[in-house]
Order: sequence, then structure tokens, then C-alpha cells
Amino acid sequence: MNMVSKLSVSAAFVLAGASTAYAGCGIASGSAKLLANDFPATQAIAAAATACDGGGASVTANLNKDHKDLIVAAFTANPPEFTASHVTNSTLVAVMNDGLAQPLDGLIAKHGAGIQDMQKITIDGKVMAVAFMANAQHLFYRKDILEAAGAGVPTTYEGVLAAARKIRDKGLMEYPIAGTYKAGWNLGEEFVNMYLGHGGEFFKPGSAQPAINNAKGVATLNMMKALTEYMNPDYLTHDSNAVQAEWEAGNVAMTNLWGSRAGAVTDGEGSTAEIESNTMFAAAPTVSGGSIPATTLWWDGFAIAKNASAADAEASFLAVMNGISPAMATSNADAANWLIAGAKPRPVGKGVVESAAGGASPYPMLPYMGAMHGAIGAELADFLQGKESADQALADIEAAYVAAATEKGFL
Amino acid sequence: MPHRTFISFIWPSALAMMLFIALPIVSVAVQSMFIAHEQVIETVENCGPFGCKTVEVVNAEATARLRTDEPLGRFNGAGTYTNRNHLAFKEIGLALAEATGPVDFFGRILNLPFYKALAFTLTYTFIVTPLVIILGFVIALAVNRIPGMFKGPTIFFSLLPMIVTPLIGSLVLFWMIDSKGIIGATLQFLFDNPDLSLKASTTLTWLTLIVYGIWHSAPFAFVVFYAGLQTVPQDTLESAMIDGASRWQRVRHVVIPHLMPLAVFVTLIQLMDNFRVFEPIIGFNAQANATSLSWIIYNDLRGSDGAMLFGSAAATSMLTIIGVCILLAPVVLRTWRANRRAA
Amino acid sequence: MARKSPIWLSVLSLGFLVLWLALASVPFLWTLWGSFKVEADFFSRQDWRNALFGMRTLAETGATSTGLGYEGAWIKEEFWKATINTGIMTLSVVAISLTLGTLGGYALSRSGFRYAFWILIIALVFRAMPHITLVSGYLLPFFELNLWGHLTTTIIVMVAINQPFTLWMLHSFFQNIPKDLDESAMVDGCTRFQAFRYVIIPVMWPGVITTGLFSFLLAYNDFALTGLLLTEENRTMVPKIASFLGNAQEQGNVMYAVAAVVSATAPLFVLVMFFQRQIVSGLTAGAVKG
Repeated sequence: MNMVSKLSVSAAFVLAGASTAYAGCGIASGSAKLLANDFPATQAIAAAATACDGGGASVTANLNKDHKDLIVAAFTANPPEFTASHVTNSTLVAVMNDGLAQPLDGLIAKHGAGIQDMQKITIDGKVMAVAFMANAQHLFYRKDILEAAGAGVPTTYEGVLAAARKIRDKGLMEYPIAGTYKAGWNLGEEFVNMYLGHGGEFFKPGSAQPAINNAKGVATLNMMKALTEYMNPDYLTHDSNAVQAEWEAGNVAMTNLWGSRAGAVTDGEGSTAEIESNTMFAAAPTVSGGSIPATTLWWDGFAIAKNASAADAEASFLAVMNGISPAMATSNADAANWLIAGAKPRPVGKGVVESAAGGASPYPMLPYMGAMHGAIGAELADFLQGKESADQALADIEAAYVAAATEKGFL
Repeated sequence: MPHRTFISFIWPSALAMMLFIALPIVSVAVQSMFIAHEQVIETVENCGPFGCKTVEVVNAEATARLRTDEPLGRFNGAGTYTNRNHLAFKEIGLALAEATGPVDFFGRILNLPFYKALAFTLTYTFIVTPLVIILGFVIALAVNRIPGMFKGPTIFFSLLPMIVTPLIGSLVLFWMIDSKGIIGATLQFLFDNPDLSLKASTTLTWLTLIVYGIWHSAPFAFVVFYAGLQTVPQDTLESAMIDGASRWQRVRHVVIPHLMPLAVFVTLIQLMDNFRVFEPIIGFNAQANATSLSWIIYNDLRGSDGAMLFGSAAATSMLTIIGVCILLAPVVLRTWRANRRAA
Repeated sequence: MARKSPIWLSVLSLGFLVLWLALASVPFLWTLWGSFKVEADFFSRQDWRNALFGMRTLAETGATSTGLGYEGAWIKEEFWKATINTGIMTLSVVAISLTLGTLGGYALSRSGFRYAFWILIIALVFRAMPHITLVSGYLLPFFELNLWGHLTTTIIVMVAINQPFTLWMLHSFFQNIPKDLDESAMVDGCTRFQAFRYVIIPVMWPGVITTGLFSFLLAYNDFALTGLLLTEENRTMVPKIASFLGNAQEQGNVMYAVAAVVSATAPLFVLVMFFQRQIVSGLTAGAVKG
């Protein structure tokens, strides 16, 4: 199941996968209505899937950057407004919490020959989604700056801090670190990354009771705060766009940014050749003597609505299969870190692959993780601004989570 | 007008509002009093591209059975309203009992999300509303003095802050106030402080949002007042001049009373819109330093991937409506009395 | 009034106006200028002067200004489709809002019964409902009834949501039209509707146009509703612009968005220039009353 070994052997599947049905994509009847997020990879998939349209089949795709706000309602309707939707670790959980996705085993047995085992998101023995790409936050670093500062490539967050101190002391940069610390979802995600890197557990085993108010939680907060000392003072407003802009302007030497941005910072646009040629990627650092990179691994995939009729589900599955076919992945090799058979690992995907190889945790697929993530994102800023203690911040998170989880029926 | 005629005139408008506003408000009010069923959780194996893990999942079938029995969920009464993420009665009680002094007490209260948001919302509302009215009025007076041929372009440029979609308007302004942006860098230069950042401190963030709010809403007040100025009765003004009233006295005793009804209208709309302040917080990524009631609703519905807190958002929405009613009550009462006097 | 004003007051007033115009228009003019640069210049994190001189634009495109943003938005991303949708939507919203609003506002201003006042107050309370809650509530019923995604649905929702504001403005406007006007027509044998049709409609245009302009701006700039209620092909300009902005994981094409916004403001310039007299004369005649 290891993604790295799979990525490296996946080339062998090219020929096998490329020949899957094309003419009308084999859709005899039914209509497929796909919903997905809106970015280059999904645009390529949507284009390939909607190529199946016509000849008895109806295939439409809707790309919306707010797709996650539509999925649950769209799948709840009967018949569903969208028969298949783009899902991720977190959104699949939201869909499954309401029992709105259907198992795909039957369809895979019938039409899914080209799917690799690691693409199958199997829950309780049933395949609930088919993944097509991987993503994770990982280390971006500036080789030239680190060399000038006399620091090696950090593999731990303690090393990141030491390198940042050297860079600042040498007067190379005032704020050598950047992070997606924008209050809300982004900040919550940074906490999740760092807390998992400390080996923390979010909940008491087998229950929805929160369990972050502990020594690991405090250590996580202290490490985040230590990092912010080397960040631009505006860090609580920095989302990925801002961090990327800071990076491309050459203001930053190290950041833990999304792998999907690795291509964007080395695309010959927005930056100088000097910065781009010195931009390197590596696994996310470990922290506090931990053995796994402090990041979470994400996959993007497709799930099919439970309320879709058999014919529509089959049509949707075939359309999705065509959308995430090896042919699509090969011709859009630069658009994403594809998990699809035959897609060659791209150089800028190095950080994601190394993080996965290092044993980083996948983003927790627990029914109550969404409520926890929301509570963290909303309650953490006060601590980073020095307005409250780490204990108080963790207690606030737990209190906010308990109120939310009670409302959702988990407590 | 007979009731029958009245109804035949108003029903299309009333029907539209009933269907798309009143009905949702009722459903939101009901929703705010229910919470989800106790979820039936089971432990299963979850495998994906990154290996296998044992995780908990919701047993959808068992939960669905519960849901068929009681589609709305469990009745919770005012429970959601009083929980920690809203009015937080229990936490306030604790703070009252344990606080060492008023500073500690208010510190504890402002650590609660609802009250933290309320503090900013009210500050924003009560600073922005009067300043918008004053600024709009002064601009209107100034524009009224310039020669006719310049009036058209002046009005267009004055309307720009209201016209450009806030989505991009705030994006551009957000960059401008960055410490590397034109406004941020100029301020650093003016104050001779290379560390000055409008985005880092709470006070400066509030100030920025308030200035943006005034800038964005002033054109609305301006247009309304400018129009009102055109109808100021010239004969009253002239007789005031003959009586020897100074320029200021004329404004004070003729112009302002004439514009009073307009000021009430603008106040009403502005109080409501400012109480629901939301877009600038998102546009300026300011949620670390400033949250509002509308932002809390947004965060409940959009803050985490797909895990929407409908009940919580519903409760905050109802509280927003109640807040608006309280804010507007004095203004509405005034109108009511004026109406009765007129009738 | 101006004829006898002391010189210091004129200078002060003019100075203030110039300052205000600068504050109001500089961000837009800056955006207009910057829309011809690349993102690294217009949103430069190195030096804001790059946006003026286009250093990165020169390095990336070979000239200090570029039409790439416009090309990308209009040709590659087919922004014109969104402009057509916006055109349909705003015109429909304005037309329907005003039709319903004039009928309702007229009735409210002529009723004379106490419930008319309460209807206005209730409309005001309706307006307090945060739009984001309303939208989330609409989703499921719209999906169930197969109403989601159509321009028509969004138009009707937007009309409904804007009704309170429209009713208030038009009500105030009609109150300033003397009651004798339509009542004398009714004495002459007209029905109420005929009186409205032949006596009120001819004199109400200035107020209706003013209200219409505010409705227009609301519909034109809305994102809360259009972002979640429209399918991709029915998207209007603002959600289309939002789709250029990227998300947490993926980079967007911010300069497409900037170019699109500048383009979207151009028709408003024409519109405001054309109607500015009516805005003023409209409100003048209407003299909105609280």
C-alpha cells in the first residue's frame, strides 16, 4: 500500500490502463452529473469526463470552488443534484456521516480494471471513493540562503528554528520562515500537522471526547509560537496565496507549504530565476524527537451518491473513470501529484512523496474531526498573539469542540 | 384604501418575502432548538493511498433509523443558545463566581467567541454609522457647491467605493495596507517605524476595518443627502438670510431639519448593515483580531470541510435578528410617533 | 447659496472634496493601472513601486505593461459568458423588483391602516436575516425540487431578498406624491388600479429609477447568493471572478480577476454617467422618509 513504491512502479500500468473504453465511454444509459472543486487538475478531469457526453449518455460537470458547501445538500436530495462528487479525506467523512455515498465495489469489479489498489478508499471493507491525486504540506527551502547562513537542510522543526536564527543573525533575512497561519481552517491545519508530528491523539480512544489538552498539545503550541517569532508579523493573515507571494518575492527561506504549490513557485512566473533555481523541496520536518514528518497526507477522489439510481451510478462511474484515466494523467502530468496508474512522479512532487515515505499521517478520517478542526482554527489565534496561556487555549478549543460535537450528536 | 385593494397590490411582494425570507426564518428558528441524534459509532478499518488505519465511523443505517423516527433531531430548547459558543450562561456564571475583579471578569467574557464578536460588532456599528452619516453629509454639501459641469464625474468617482465588488476591492486594499504595499510602506515612512503593520495588532486591525467601513458606506449616505439637498426650500433659506442668519445657522436650522427623514432612513439601513459586518473581515483576513456575529455564522457553515453546524448557525442568526431589532427599536419608535402625529 | 461664500470656505470645501475624491478613486485608478501588470508587480511583496514601473512585467513579458490579464479573462476563461448572465440577471432583478416594489410600496403608502406600518416593520426585520444563513437553507429544498442552478431561481430569490429595501424606499417616495392626485382621479370614476396606472405611473419615474439603481448595484455585486446557487454555465461575473482567485491548495489567476473587475466596472461608469441626473432628481422628488 505504500504510495512511494506504487508511484515508482506505476509506469508499468500505462499501456494496460490507456486502452479502457472510449467510444461513448461505454455508457449505455443514465446521466452523470459531476461536482468538483475548481483548479487545473479538476478542470482536466472534467474535460476528460465530459468527453463521454453524447450518444445516449449525458455527462455534465460543475466546477465550483465552494463545492464542499454543496456536496452534502446535493447528495441528500433524491434524486441527487449531482451523482458523483469530488471528495477529500475530510469531505468524504462529512458525506459518510450522513450515509450519502454508495459502495463502489460492484462497479469496480465491472469497470474498474485500471484502478490501482492504493486508489481505493476502503472503509469497513467497502470501497467508498476512488482517489486520483495526493497532496500534503511539506518543506520548501532556499538552498542559497541556507548555504550562505551555514545551515544544512533542516529535517526537524528544531533545525528549522536553528537555521532561521542563523539566517537572521547573518542579516540575510529578517523573517526567514513563512506559514499558512491565517486564523481559521489554515491555522487549524497547521496545528493538526504539528500535533500529529508530536504523536498526539485528538480524541480519547474509541470516543469523541477531546484529548488535546495535554503535554503534547502544549509542546505543539510552543513550537508554533517559536516559529512565529521568525515570521512576518502579519502571519495570522497569511494564507497560501500570501505565503506563495512572499516566497516568490524572495522574502522567505523556509516554509511548510502545500505540495500543489510546488509547481507554481517554479513555473517561471512571479519570481526571479535566481529564487526559482534555488527553491528546493523536502519532506515536512519532524518535531520534538518524533519519527514522522509533521504533516498530514491528503487525497482527492470521487464518490458516488447513494441516492443515484443504478443506471446513473454506472454512468457516473464510467465518466469518472474516463476523467481520471491514465491517458488524462499522462497528458496533464504537471497538473497534480497523480495517484493514477502510469503517471510518472514529477520532480516537484518530491516533497509529498518523501513525506509519505517518511510515514506522515493521513489527515484523520474521523466523524468528529471537522468539528475539532473548526474549533482549533477559531480559538488558537489568542495564544499566538500572547493574549492567553497554552493551557487556556487548549481548554478553549476543547470547550468550543464539545459544544459543536454535542450539537452534532457525537457527545 | 380598502383591505381588498391593498391585498391585490401587495400580494406579489408579500408572497416573495413569505416564501424566501419568512419561511426560512421560521425553519431556522425551529432548527436552532434541535440538535442531531446521538450518532451510532462503530470502529472499522480505513485503507487508502497512505496505508490502513482503524477509525471510527458513523453507522449510517442505525442513525438513519433514528432520524426517520424524529426527522428534526433531539429537542434541545434554548440549549444551543445558552451553550459556550453562544450566550454561554454557564461560563458567565463561573466568571461571576470566580473572577478576581472587573478586569479579570471582562477578560473571561471577552474570551468567549460570542461576546468577543459582539464587542467588535458593536464597536464597529457605533463608530461607523455616525461617521458615515457625517461624512456623507459633508461630501454632499461640498459637491452641492461646485459648478454643474463637474457634478457628474464627481458623483461617479464618489460612488466608486460602493461600486467595485468588495471581493476584489478588499483584495487590492489588503495588499495596499501590507507593510510592503503602498499605504503600509507610506505609513511606515511617515511614522518612521519600520515595524509598523496594520495587520498584526488588534487595535490597528479594528481601525483598518472601521476606516474601510466608513469609506465603503459613505457614498450611500452621500447620494441620499445630496438628493435631499436639492429639495431644500429656497424661500425658507432666503428668508433666513434676510433675517441675518449666518451660514452655519442656516445649515443648522433649515438644512438639517429638512434632511432629518433622510438621516433616519440612512441610520436605519446603516445600523443594520454595520451590525451584520462580514465582508471586510473576510477580505482583510482579519478574523484573528476581529470577528463579528455574521462571521461566526460563516465559520459555523463554512469553517470546516463539509461539517456544517446548522443548529449553531441558526441560533446565531436568530440572535443577530434580535440584535438588529434592539438596535433599530429607538429609530422605529421615533418613526411610529411621527407617523401617529402626522395621522 | 454659493454666491456670497467667503473665500476661505470655498477653499476649504474644495480642498475637502479633492481629498475625498482622491480617497474614493485612487484605489480604483491604481487597480486600473495595475491590471496591465503581472501579479508579481501589482501585488509585489518586494516594493510597491514595482506596480508603477512594471519591473517583473518587463522581465516576464518583455514590456512594462501587458494585456495578459484581459486576454486570460475574456478569451481563455470566456468571461463574456458571465457578463451575459449578469446582464440577464441584473435586468430581470431590477425589472421584477421594481414591479413588485412599486405595487407594494404604493399600497403601503395609501393604506391608512395601522397594519401597513407593521408590514414595513416586519419587512425591516426580514432584512436583518444574514444572507449566508438563508442560502444554506435554500440549498436542500432547491436540490429536491430541481430548482437549483437556474438563473431564474436566483433572480427570484434575489428579488425576494431585496424586497424589504425596495418597499421602504418606494413607500417613502410614494408618500411624497400628494394623495389628492390619485384620489381626485378616483372621484372622477377611475378604479384604484386605473388611478395608479394613469396618474401615479407617469410621475413616479425619478423615484423608481433611483430605487432601481440601488437594486441594480445589489444584484450586480452579490456573491453570497450567486456563489452557491448557480451552475458553472449560469455563473454571473462575481462568482466567476471568485473562481479566478484559487484556494488553499491551488494557485489562482489573480490578474484575471483584477482585469475582470476593471472590465466589470466599465459598464457601471456608463450607467452612472447616464443616470446620475435621475439619481439626484429621483431622490429629490422622492425625498425618502424614515
